[in-house]
Amino acid sequence: MSTVPVVEARQVVKRYGATVALDHADLTVLPGQTHALVGRNGAGKSTLVSLLTGLSEPDSGSLLLNGEPAPGLSDRDKWRSLVACVYQRSTIIPDLSVAENLFLNRQETRGGFVRWPAVRRAAAQLLERWSVEVDVRRPAGELGVEQRQFVEIARALSFGARFVILDEPTAQLDGGAITRLFGHIAELQRHGVTFLFISHHLQEVYEICDTVTVYRDARHVLTAPVAALPKADLVAAMTGENAVVAAERFSSARLGAPPALRVRELSLAPSYCDVSFDVAPGEIVGLAGAGGSGKTEVAETLTGLREADSGTITVGDRRPRPGDVPAALAAGVGFVPEDRHRQGLVPEMSVADNTTLSVMDRLGPGIFVRARLRDRLAGTMISRLEVKTPGPELAVSALSGGNQQKVVMARALAGDPRLLVLITPTAGVDVRSKEFLLGKVSEAAAGGTAVLIASDELDDLRLCDRVLVMVHGRLTTLIPAGWQDREVVAAMEGVDLDA
Amino acid sequence: MPESPTALRAEAQAAPAAGPPRRIAFARVRDFALVPGIVAIAVVGQLVNPVFLQYDNVINILQTMSEIALLVLAQTLVLVVGKMDLSLESTFGLAPGVAAWLTIGGGHSLGLLPAWAAVPVVLAVGVLVGALNALLIVRFGLSGFVVTLGMLIVLRGLLTGISGGQTFFGMPASMLYLGITLWAGVPASIWICVLLFAAGAVLLGHTRFGRSLYAIGGNEDAAKAAGIRTDRIVWIVLIGASVLAALGGLLLSGRLASVAAAQGNGYIFTVFAAAVIGGVSLNGGRGTLFGAFTGILLLYMIQNVLTLAGVPAQWIGALNGTIILVALVMSRITSGKRQN
Repeated sequence: MSTVPVVEARQVVKRYGATVALDHADLTVLPGQTHALVGRNGAGKSTLVSLLTGLSEPDSGSLLLNGEPAPGLSDRDKWRSLVACVYQRSTIIPDLSVAENLFLNRQETRGGFVRWPAVRRAAAQLLERWSVEVDVRRPAGELGVEQRQFVEIARALSFGARFVILDEPTAQLDGGAITRLFGHIAELQRHGVTFLFISHHLQEVYEICDTVTVYRDARHVLTAPVAALPKADLVAAMTGENAVVAAERFSSARLGAPPALRVRELSLAPSYCDVSFDVAPGEIVGLAGAGGSGKTEVAETLTGLREADSGTITVGDRRPRPGDVPAALAAGVGFVPEDRHRQGLVPEMSVADNTTLSVMDRLGPGIFVRARLRDRLAGTMISRLEVKTPGPELAVSALSGGNQQKVVMARALAGDPRLLVLITPTAGVDVRSKEFLLGKVSEAAAGGTAVLIASDELDDLRLCDRVLVMVHGRLTTLIPAGWQDREVVAAMEGVDLDA
Repeated sequence: MPESPTALRAEAQAAPAAGPPRRIAFARVRDFALVPGIVAIAVVGQLVNPVFLQYDNVINILQTMSEIALLVLAQTLVLVVGKMDLSLESTFGLAPGVAAWLTIGGGHSLGLLPAWAAVPVVLAVGVLVGALNALLIVRFGLSGFVVTLGMLIVLRGLLTGISGGQTFFGMPASMLYLGITLWAGVPASIWICVLLFAAGAVLLGHTRFGRSLYAIGGNEDAAKAAGIRTDRIVWIVLIGASVLAALGGLLLSGRLASVAAAQGNGYIFTVFAAAVIGGVSLNGGRGTLFGAFTGILLLYMIQNVLTLAGVPAQWIGALNGTIILVALVMSRITSGKRQN
């Protein structure tokens, strides 16, 4: 394999108005590598991706692709044959079939008419070549996130590019899907495809990447082989200070007190069946499980987003009407939903409005909302959660991902909940914000709030007093604190380590 | 790293998940959702009045709906590409109105142009209105809904202005031709309507241009990323839709041998109803011309049945609205999909 770097960016500078998005940054990716690019939100990763995909041009510095100067911005075909990018936001058109998505705007035609059989055949061949098992006649909107990404990768490769940028590909995937994605990446790597992997999850970097480059505050900090870089050093490079060792958490569970949450024989076909557990005030309980295990559905049932077929939920001494979100809120449930973009935030509304959306009844008499009360409560929550915003009136869409998640968390906490239900609360959030958010969770627990964290992210589960593991809709394992990673992972995958 | 989670996960995942079960193309089923309804109405109509399925009555239904069907065709194209054009109903009246105004002598007409220019003027007005819509919506990025709402009012006002609120009569023969001629024993307007729908269906389903309409309506950014010139295509669609509306107006004024100041007034609601009943999404990227055609056909068949059943004309309006609602519910049930 040639040793000409696939990408060689030297001293690249990019400014947006007064903001310097990239400050003399470097990046060299060698062919056949899987190269990780990590950095906290705002480190310049996205800007670099837009330069590498030809969406914008550097103000100064040089960018070589396969040893040649990068093509002009208007030469889209040339760019497509050099670099492919799978964005976080899907570029699939849901109502068109998979085959058509793959060959959009380049369908084989005869006499101006699309030859559908030929398009489907070509699509099937393409997917087979890159071992993607998807029926090409299905509407692409029916595919799961994982299959969609595979289809997008295959489409990217079909333009001839052998360099693929994956922009946080695992953000919306569960453990099993991530494994399959990684297996796929390894497979493609053997076929000579080079990857630039952008992720918040350092564990993933250690699992699949050869080399890692760290950016911080628009600058290049280090590039090193992954194997030779201890995790603590990597975190230190990202944060610019030595990583704080997570302090030992003392359980704040009040086990003698009546439970804050009692779940009895809860069933909802086909998601989960016969789920029973208690959460004591001040206790943090993890609900772990792979995608499709039913953990998300159980959590959503607790908050009233879903209605169980049978079984009971008792919050404190109340039994909120099943399938009724306002009733759950009134019973003292605070909630961080799975997908903050879809269920968590109203993007065009202000930070203050978003923070207080679920407690509007406390903000004034009757149907009225007093702006002053709202801003005061929002201000308190903003400073409590250290949301970085110029003011409560800013539209929440202008915030970075980590800060948006803080707003979602602020809303969950705004009502002083008796029970806090969190679903993958740190998805797509940088390392520091993650630590901070989890710190706030244990703070709330120390104040007597019962917490349930539904997640398959080990970092989220680490602060739990105990972890309940769900497999295929049933509670299978209870793991007390002090577990090792592999115990939880094995339990989620339904494997017995001793067998 | 034998203990890494991935390694364990990889071991755990021994058997690959079975491939997804083969599925029938449900989009196709959705297209035919109204066919049972049409058959049912045909049966009911026949029971109500044996005239219903006779050749003359069927031709009558088809001819009455042929003009508005062209508006449905135009609106469907615009909806699929993810836009809306409310002004079509005013173009439907204004285009033949302007042609009559310019070619007829006497009265409040100008009579500036020779008779042969009438049909080209009709089509030119369509192009102009469409281009103006596209300029405001695509070039200047204004809200399509409000632009075409404004345009609807302006164009209607223009027609009322030039006609003085009166009806144009005595139009040149070229404008009457398509409305009154029979081709092979069937009115030309039916031929035109059916052929345009067929051509449109082929265009939408089987050409890159047509497919790019779905791509733009479904996910404009993705369409751009696939190299589709989205702006240019929206221009073409908006202009094409206005030309179709002008042509529809020409057919109607030819059949009635007149252009009333209110020609097309209020049609747009029926047009939207027919499109949505026929499975076209108001959010873009979904729907077919076959579905849209069955939508307008169903509405006109029901109206015809009501007339044959002797329902007083004063009640037709209320019943029309009810029919639209019922048809919506029916198509919701048969397609099983949420409408938007």
